[in-house]
Amino acid sequence: MIYLTRRATFSASHFYWNPAWSDERNNQVFGRCANRNGHGHNYTLEVTVAGEPDPVTGFVVDLKWLKDLMEREVLAAWDHRHLNLDVPEFAATESAAKIPTTENLAIAAWNRLQPAIAAAGAQLNRVRIYEAPEIFAEYRGEP
Amino acid sequence: MKAYFGRRYMISASHCLHSDTLTAEENRATYGKCNNPNGHGHNYVIEVLVGGAVNSETGMVLDLAALDEVVRTKVIDRFDHTNLNLDQLFVNRVPTTENLCRVVFALLKDALSAGKLERVRVEETENNFFECIAE
Repeated sequence: MIYLTRRATFSASHFYWNPAWSDERNNQVFGRCANRNGHGHNYTLEVTVAGEPDPVTGFVVDLKWLKDLMEREVLAAWDHRHLNLDVPEFAATESAAKIPTTENLAIAAWNRLQPAIAAAGAQLNRVRIYEAPEIFAEYRGEP
Repeated sequence: MKAYFGRRYMISASHCLHSDTLTAEENRATYGKCNNPNGHGHNYVIEVLVGGAVNSETGMVLDLAALDEVVRTKVIDRFDHTNLNLDQLFVNRVPTTENLCRVVFALLKDALSAGKLERVRVEETENNFFECIAE
């Protein structure tokens, strides 16, 4: 099995807020991240696909295809956006909205990418998102 | 849903690789430049990976500030700007980065309040790193 990883970067703003909680509890748990005017990061998205190289092309998946998929499914929706306001998974108006933590971003990116990668006959192995060079979260499709 | 949270920390420390069970000549042959008895130092990067269920109220596997506090008190305060050979944990252990990695894993393993320690990676330089994975 070969594991292939492609990176892409995007910039977005967000804040952490649980509407079921008091202002005080939000500020206590989320600290500076609870500032509702938002703040931003330069994120790095790392997508790892597992598979056997194709006997003809030698590719697990075509990197250009993977780049375009990441661009279309994730970056087009998230880059230079406010995650809480512009992105359905995290929009406050949605009843099932999640807080746009790095953990939830990794899960949401997985959900956006996984169907197309599976349809291409490959296996999405891991999505890792760096919110800063020294902080990251990852999701491996586990329940 | 299980996810993983990773955080990178840096410490600067010195060490000398020398095993009391080897002769002086064997030590030089085994450890080369690293056997300089006066020691030398590195900027170590310690990457900690914690796995666990994403809390439905916070969206987090664990609180970053709580993780920072554990790593600071258990590891950074102990080793940063020190000579590793003089630490109690390296009295009978050569302070190779393999052993440092194991020691850091053991110090953190039981100290986390949320999530499970999945992996510790210690980067000794930009060109080499060592990992200790929960088994």
